[in-house]
Amino acid sequence: MEKIKKTNIIWDKKDLLGLEELSAGEIELILKTAISFKEISERSIKKVPALRGKTIAHLFLEPSTRTRISFELAAKRLSADTIGISGSGSSILKGETMRDTAQNIEAMKVDMIILRHSASGSAHILAKNLKAGVINAGDGCHEHPTQALLDMFTIKEKLGAIKGKKVSIIGDIKHSRVARSNIIGLCKLGAEVTVCAPKTLMPIEIEKMGCKRTYSLEEAMRSADVINVLRLQKERQKKGLLPTIREYIEEYGVTLQKVEKFCKKNIVIMHPGPINRGIEMSQDVADSDKAVILEQVTNGIAIRMAVMFLLSQYKQK
Amino acid sequence: MKILIKHGTVIDPYNKINGQYDILIDEGKIVKVAKDIKEKASKTIEANGKIVCPGFIDLHVHLREPGREDKETIKTGTKAAIKGGFTAVACMPNTTPSCDSESVVNFIKEKAKKSGYAKVFPIGTLTKNREGKELSEMAELKRSGCVAVSEDGDSVEDNFIMRQACDYAKTFELTVFVHCEDKKLSENGVMNEGFMSTKLGLKGIPNKSESIVIQRDIEIAELTDVKMHICHLSTREGVELIKNAKKRGLQISAEVTPHHLSLTDEACAQYDTNTKMNPPLRTKEDIKALKKALKEGIIDIIATDHAPHLESEKDVEFDNAPFGIIGLETAFCVCKKELVDTEDITMQELIEKLTVNPAAIIGIDPPALTEGSSADITIIDPEKTWVYEKKDIVSKSKNSPFIGEKFKGKVETVLVNGKIIMEEGLFI
Repeated sequence: MEKIKKTNIIWDKKDLLGLEELSAGEIELILKTAISFKEISERSIKKVPALRGKTIAHLFLEPSTRTRISFELAAKRLSADTIGISGSGSSILKGETMRDTAQNIEAMKVDMIILRHSASGSAHILAKNLKAGVINAGDGCHEHPTQALLDMFTIKEKLGAIKGKKVSIIGDIKHSRVARSNIIGLCKLGAEVTVCAPKTLMPIEIEKMGCKRTYSLEEAMRSADVINVLRLQKERQKKGLLPTIREYIEEYGVTLQKVEKFCKKNIVIMHPGPINRGIEMSQDVADSDKAVILEQVTNGIAIRMAVMFLLSQYKQK
Repeated sequence: MKILIKHGTVIDPYNKINGQYDILIDEGKIVKVAKDIKEKASKTIEANGKIVCPGFIDLHVHLREPGREDKETIKTGTKAAIKGGFTAVACMPNTTPSCDSESVVNFIKEKAKKSGYAKVFPIGTLTKNREGKELSEMAELKRSGCVAVSEDGDSVEDNFIMRQACDYAKTFELTVFVHCEDKKLSENGVMNEGFMSTKLGLKGIPNKSESIVIQRDIEIAELTDVKMHICHLSTREGVELIKNAKKRGLQISAEVTPHHLSLTDEACAQYDTNTKMNPPLRTKEDIKALKKALKEGIIDIIATDHAPHLESEKDVEFDNAPFGIIGLETAFCVCKKELVDTEDITMQELIEKLTVNPAAIIGIDPPALTEGSSADITIIDPEKTWVYEKKDIVSKSKNSPFIGEKFKGKVETVLVNGKIIMEEGLFI
């Protein structure tokens, strides 16, 4: 904990809604803070008293396993008390609006709310209506800031820096909040980002976010230092966005053969999970030493601890 | 009762009058328009420095009655109309039940007569219950008082039915109001498709989703020789199509809303659901094209698409909120700010698009300050600055993106049939 105090923290935000709202300096601060927190999870007693006496509610209104567990572990390792509310167990389905649910939770003196929701902008709406801090754990197709932060943390760990590195994000960019947050965050820290997908899975005018765009997997793989491969939701085919999964695998599936043929030798391969093995990424790639997928998961806890800690600093003012 | 309006700047586009005149009203009619009328009246309104013009007509209003009286009623909706200077509104048929029979038309007319502040012209449906399947009884609708027919929030998907409906409407010389949207192309879209929708992670509605159906409807209009009115035009592509159709001599008219002239999709940045409407807010390029089209007469009128929704319905995630905003009370001021103050069009042109042009589309007497015509008059203080505040909204719903906005120019006094309904902003 001493280390953190020395970094001279200046954090003035109640919420973490997206990387859009953060400056490069603030992103760096989170990444730096996470370094200290990562060590805690390596200890035999994985707990510090940083958030003792604080209550954190995990409001997950969309199915999620790893993000929810990651946030819960992060909160517990900071000694916060946590409650979990999932979509089916809450009053949302009984006709109570999200705002009502949240205000009720706040009335129970909860200090922080972690929200996962299928509608874009839901975290913004919540944050506007609450005094408690809100962390966006994924809102629709909009942002998933902690995922991008842990991806950036992992890149920095692996390559020593983010500035000047070439990162290609491959897959369903259109429906991906992970892609959006990564583009925003990586661009702010000076990386060169390329997104790659068939046009049906590419959002319109994405290049205005500061990234390059390509329909060619080969091009996306060629000069990349990092490839971040996104999960393909199988229902995209039924919605008319893809002819077959077979053709997607052929054109956009990341296989060891393609990696060896097109990628740099020391390529870093990432995936936000959960993987559809054999679809967007083949078994041999997922299990290869180039893949850092499980390290991302480990880093996720450190990032979320850092974010919770920083937000709690705001509350203490 | 004789009413005398003194020293006002009279702007009467129909008679091409723009100057200082007095207006004398008796028994609901205008009896004299002249310089310095000396006659005695039981009531004199001093209008020095104010604009005196015919009452505005809004051809696109959702009064929600019958069916959703929790959102708006004929009483509250027409009160909002008066507040905005509108002495007449045409109401859309997407009520419950929908306005597809004489009984519903009569209900609306009765309610308007009993509790309405402004005149109400019902619009009937094009097909039964707006289902796009069978033609509505347009002869009966016309006979009972409908001024037009419309499918309102939907386009008739089936080209064959659309053709038949337009042929049938032509039989009774009814104008067809069309909402042009390919719902398949804009499937689940909640805002304009573009960089903003990408950035916000919201599903977009492309411009082409509007223009593709405008083109279809123009072809149908040519095929059937029907008079067609394109509602709430929002795209530059649509402007081009209508321009061409008019060149071809087709009987096509078009409207634009104040919000499509003033706001872009950037207004959606904070997920404020009062920026969610259909058609969605577009881009600067679209606004530029719409303003130019308005100036050139390609777009004929300004209409509000006044669409009241409850706060509880709007106070949800952007995806789940209903489309639409209220607009009657701010229409004139938004247009003055965005069109007249910027010198895109003149005040006289603005008034024309709010009075003479809409009347011509539904075939009613031209609103004019002519001796013998009905005294429906709006008086505006063009210099008065004010802030549009939620507490002052008279519509039952408060869903407006303009709350908190400062305006210069305010509707002060409104007369309907020679009766003062609102004076100096206060209802009599």
